[in-house]
Amino acid sequence: MNRVGAAIVLIAVVAALFGPAIARFDPSAQELARRLDGPSAAHWFGLDELGRDIFSRVLAGARISLLVGIVVVSISSVVGTLLGSIAGYFGGTVDEAISRVIDILLAFPGLLLAIALVAVLGPSLTNVVFALSLIGWVGYARLVRGQVLRAREFEFVQAARALGAATPRILVKHIIPTALPAVTVQATLGMGGAILAEAALSFLGLGVQPPTPSWGTMLNGGRTHLLDAPHLTIFPGLAIAFLVLGFNFLGDGLRDALDPVTRRSGR
Amino acid sequence: MLRFLARRIALTIPVLLGVATLVFSLIHLIPGDPAQAMLGESASPQDVAELRARLGLDRPLLEQYGRFLRGAVSGDLGRSLRTNQPVTSAIIERMPATFELASAAMFVAVAVAIPLGIAAAVWRGTAVDHGATTLSLLGISIPNFWLGPLLAIIFSIELGWLPVSGRGTWAHLILPAVSLGAALAAILARMTRATLLEELREQYVVAARARGASRARAVVRHAFRNSLIPVITLIGLQFGAVLTGAVITETIFAWPGIGRLLIQSIGFRDYPLVQGCILLIAVTYVGMNLITDLLYGLVDPRIRYE
Repeated sequence: MNRVGAAIVLIAVVAALFGPAIARFDPSAQELARRLDGPSAAHWFGLDELGRDIFSRVLAGARISLLVGIVVVSISSVVGTLLGSIAGYFGGTVDEAISRVIDILLAFPGLLLAIALVAVLGPSLTNVVFALSLIGWVGYARLVRGQVLRAREFEFVQAARALGAATPRILVKHIIPTALPAVTVQATLGMGGAILAEAALSFLGLGVQPPTPSWGTMLNGGRTHLLDAPHLTIFPGLAIAFLVLGFNFLGDGLRDALDPVTRRSGR
Repeated sequence: MLRFLARRIALTIPVLLGVATLVFSLIHLIPGDPAQAMLGESASPQDVAELRARLGLDRPLLEQYGRFLRGAVSGDLGRSLRTNQPVTSAIIERMPATFELASAAMFVAVAVAIPLGIAAAVWRGTAVDHGATTLSLLGISIPNFWLGPLLAIIFSIELGWLPVSGRGTWAHLILPAVSLGAALAAILARMTRATLLEELREQYVVAARARGASRARAVVRHAFRNSLIPVITLIGLQFGAVLTGAVITETIFAWPGIGRLLIQSIGFRDYPLVQGCILLIAVTYVGMNLITDLLYGLVDPRIRYE
């Protein structure tokens, strides 16, 4: 599973990096006379409502999806890990304050808060990244807080404290590393989540704006042509599902590899 | 039990207050003048000033906040800017449709996931297990905003069996419920399989097996019942995900629920209505989590004395 996931992600990375070289058409070049044409030898995935080559646009869309995923996961995991370890290590009022903020943010199911934020801030790629990161850190903070609470009692941590190591050093050198395997798994699965969320927001018209080729925006454009040109819907959706599946395979595989319990029982 | 009940409810109050505060501040996150943003660039200064006064935006922030909280508690969330209908009644009108869709989606999810999870656990390591695992990973990875149109292409356009959109008959409910329930089914199936495998290692199951019960019997008669607790909890906790998913599903299938109302209101910059929809969905979610928690405490006494 791990290898399949890695292969899928690698394909997407290649598409994102070398898309313009692979694609035979400019993703924004219009051929209005042939709009909505189905797949053919020249245009493998067909043409969209403005006569643009869908294959080239799917390749270009990989760039947006991976970019959103990487930025959102980086911000969320760094902020979440920091706040989670501070809450877990210090306890008391600091923990109380951070935990209450987490509780409130978790009271909004999934995408809802992102929809609300983008609705007031205005639809754009930057606002999507901001909204998804603002929600994303919570999961990491909760995870890391739990890990830190456990790690705080480890002998090597107490030894470091007894030797007079400063708190930031104990956190960075000794405690945070114990949480890193779990954070890595969460980040891998989080890439899939962020990509899905961006596509959902763009599909609702709240994310990346046309003419930028994002998979969600392309699906949104295909909605009005479900009857006469279903290929507008099929290919961008396939790309999203494929890439998210890749990250889920990879995340699941990593979890099994890093978790001694599941590794032993073969679950 | 009463103390447990009181403690859990008391813990919910600050969360609800936080939710209301966040929803209140949404309108103040609008870049520039919120009233101008709602009316558009071409609105006259007089209209903008009028709207500002109508929404109370000209009052001190603390007063606005107090009014919003009082309104939220008493069910007065202002009026829609577009239709002038009270926000609360606009939402109440749409609620049955959303709950109908969410319940149907959860029914589909449970009906598919539980047998799938049991089959995967009974025949663990076989082709059945691999098939079920792959199917559930697919279910998690396929976005409902793709599955919905895909199902519509196959069952409405190609086969002509089901209507493409709208609400009314049972036939209208099938495609939205399936596309909304698929991801939940996938998560539930994985959870059912995992908890069943865990239970199968417990001594009472081993004892049953030692007495000659088959693996299938051990799973269905013994382990399944105990594995239901975490599965039911997950169903409760996933209700929020279903409600958010409904925002997308309702948009795809023109289902006249709260999700579609929310997206339409965003399009019209009808922010009082946007705030109302967000608040309602979040409060419902918090309420469902509370109920799940309380039920959990009722079923498993250990939780109450934590």
